[in-house]
Amino acid sequence: MPIGGNMKKEIKVMQGNSAIARGAWEAGVRLAAAYPGTPSSEILKEIADNYPEIYAEWAPNEKVAVEVASGASIAGARAMASMKHVGMNVASDPVMTLSYTGVKGGLLIVVADDPNVHSSQNEQDSRNWARFGKMPMLEPSDAQECKDFTKIAFEMSEEFDTPVFLRTETRVGHSDSPVVLENRVESKIPTKVDQKEAQKYTMVPINVRVRRKVVEERMKRLEAYADEFKFNKMEINDTRIGVITSGVSYLYTKDVFPEYSYLKLGMVWPLPKKMIDEFYKKVKKVIIVEELDPFLETEIKAMGYKVFHGKDVIPNMYELSPEIIEKALKGKKYKEPEIRVKTDELPRRPPNLCAGCSHRPLFYALKKLGAFVFGDIGCYTLATAPPLQAIHTTVCMGAGIGEAHGAMKVMGNEGLGKVCAVIGDSTFLHSGVTPLMDIAYNKGNSTTIILDNRITGMTGHQEHPGTGFTVRQEPTYAVDYAELGKTLGIQSIRKIDPYNIKESMEVIKEEMEKDCSSLIVCTNSPCIMLRREKRKFEHPTYTIDEEKCRGCKACLEIGCPPITWIEKEGTTKDGHKRKGMVSINKDTCVGCGVCVQICKFDAIVPAVK
Amino acid sequence: MKENGKVTNIFLSGVGGQGTILASNILAEVFLKAGYDVKKSEIHGMAQRGGDVTTHFRFGKKVYSPLIKYGDADFLLSFELLEALRYINWVKPDGKVVLNRQKIYPPSVNLGLAKYPENVEETFKKFFKDNVYVVDGQEIARKIGNIQAANVVLIGAFSNFFPKIKESQWVDAIKTLMPQKLHDLNIKAFQEGRKAL
Ligand SMILES: Cc1ncc(C[n+]2csc(CCOP(=O)(O)OP(=O)(O)O)c2C)c(N)n1
Repeated sequence: MPIGGNMKKEIKVMQGNSAIARGAWEAGVRLAAAYPGTPSSEILKEIADNYPEIYAEWAPNEKVAVEVASGASIAGARAMASMKHVGMNVASDPVMTLSYTGVKGGLLIVVADDPNVHSSQNEQDSRNWARFGKMPMLEPSDAQECKDFTKIAFEMSEEFDTPVFLRTETRVGHSDSPVVLENRVESKIPTKVDQKEAQKYTMVPINVRVRRKVVEERMKRLEAYADEFKFNKMEINDTRIGVITSGVSYLYTKDVFPEYSYLKLGMVWPLPKKMIDEFYKKVKKVIIVEELDPFLETEIKAMGYKVFHGKDVIPNMYELSPEIIEKALKGKKYKEPEIRVKTDELPRRPPNLCAGCSHRPLFYALKKLGAFVFGDIGCYTLATAPPLQAIHTTVCMGAGIGEAHGAMKVMGNEGLGKVCAVIGDSTFLHSGVTPLMDIAYNKGNSTTIILDNRITGMTGHQEHPGTGFTVRQEPTYAVDYAELGKTLGIQSIRKIDPYNIKESMEVIKEEMEKDCSSLIVCTNSPCIMLRREKRKFEHPTYTIDEEKCRGCKACLEIGCPPITWIEKEGTTKDGHKRKGMVSINKDTCVGCGVCVQICKFDAIVPAVK
Repeated sequence: MKENGKVTNIFLSGVGGQGTILASNILAEVFLKAGYDVKKSEIHGMAQRGGDVTTHFRFGKKVYSPLIKYGDADFLLSFELLEALRYINWVKPDGKVVLNRQKIYPPSVNLGLAKYPENVEETFKKFFKDNVYVVDGQEIARKIGNIQAANVVLIGAFSNFFPKIKESQWVDAIKTLMPQKLHDLNIKAFQEGRKAL
């Protein structure tokens, strides 16, 4: 591990994700494709911003990203696709078969897990893909390893003719530590396609059966390689206890139990059988520390070894941390730090839609209509929280549209006027087009609302095929949602300005009641944080007319951050008693005027900043 | 500063949009250049949406875990009072606490469903006595003309705890991490913060 004092080499503190980008550049990568998802999004952004030698693109979804990278690999270039853990579900169709075709230029698939679901819809353990798909997987623990493992992954990919997984997680991709910088080395494989290789890349049964065997043989060779792999490391200290671990779990455990012996796996699949055997001979008892599933534990037990401690004490859900590991392994001997304040009882601070966000008035309208809203994933999912509580399902990207269709099919006329689906622009292009096509094709009558805020908001403003810009900010074509809906065969297509609550309610009500397929597109509603496109509001900010506010709390129903309730009895100018009043923070109010439309007493008035 | 071999743990907390991440980047840059191993971990997926943001920053001769062990923070540097209180149990009994005197109401308080905790400063003083330092980052930043620079004001105040690091090392880090047009403002913010404690 480099220490900052050694200034001969260039050392930089880097985020794990930036280090992966750097590693890709140093490895001579020519193409990188991705669809955003926390905690992986920075990888492609870093590549696009800093490494012009690499062609970079935001693909509409992870499956496409992998296919684009695969094409580049077949043409001989080193290529990669990066995604969050659930992105791998979407990409799994090509990936599972790319295991058979293998690669020409090195092909890396970065999959970023999110233990503790800091920002996801589930908590799956991506190591299972490596076993399932019969491909090797590397797991770095800090930024230097992120870079080193990325580089060696490309060598492995070419040597073993296989895609290689790099598995990170929130505490790896989003942690920073020093990295030694090196130069880029171009790949020696020529860029060209060759028809003679058709059998290798065309997975029809007769070819599949050939490749199927190749896959098994490859795994055998990889197992032997794992025993020699330089990032599988044994550290023998106190031999009474040996810990088998990997990734960030190694760092946590090493921090609290520096005296133990360690087998730190840089490659989590396939496992180094000889090395494990050797470790078992060197230490008395073995503890396995791993986050999420008992992946290593199951395998090591299946090899016939005894595991002194594993998932019997280490939790199999949420994320690990130094104290969780210490507590698990010390048991009763663990000393809890002093509890000074019962912090669980403090008011929580969940994320909220921004002041002025175009999603807020739309969900207020849906709430007032009493609609059952099949939701999707994005900033707008925050509308499930109080006080809006206007999203009633969220499963995976693109799910809401098909779900609304299915619900309407069984509810018949009973469903008319009661159900709709909402979906963000990026999410719609990711996986909402096919279910919309399904509604048209199968003569559905459900209503789909596209919340077009001109950007992928949730994950930090990535471009997508509807924004008109590429990842490198070059102007390009932009999808027209209404035209697309028409082409698919949607019968009724409307546009609304979500900031006009009354009009939105009328249009949505009409469309939900109609016995035909409907598409409603929100327009002139860019993300309030987007610099490029700004909606003009009439006034810069608003304030409360204290003579008029009756303290009815209607404006609190939108949960807008600048609006605060102040409990203090009083009376309005015209003599109405009130229990309290609201106040608007002028610094944070952006003047969207949504609360003004809700106030029945004209108590919210324009102001200057 | 700690004797060689020990790791110093700094826990930063605040609210999305307050610039905690930049503040921790400055720390990382300074301590790396001063010859230490550093590690930093943060949760910022939802930061833009006004959720709470925490950063674990650690430096020493050799640092393994990117996360501080619960109860093991040598310093708590907090940008918002409720977010300071939320992590009070993370601090070692003899740890030091730097508080920014700012309150940002969470949704439940805005809606009148919960109360913003009172007497946060006093609570800290009860447990940490003289090791509690309070700065009015906003006010100082406002005086120099931009409340956005409150985060760097706090770093300026915090820099006093590391006497071996020279002012120029902090200024260099600010220059490395920020675009040129923001240098003057932020160096001023740093210097004013440094004078505040
Ligand atoms: C398969 C998959 N890929 C990526 C993500 C991460 N993710 C969640 S929502 C979202 C896009 C949100 O953008 P948009 O639909 O435009 O809504 P907005 O946040 O702008 O309101 C992304 C990339 C995910 N949850 N699942």
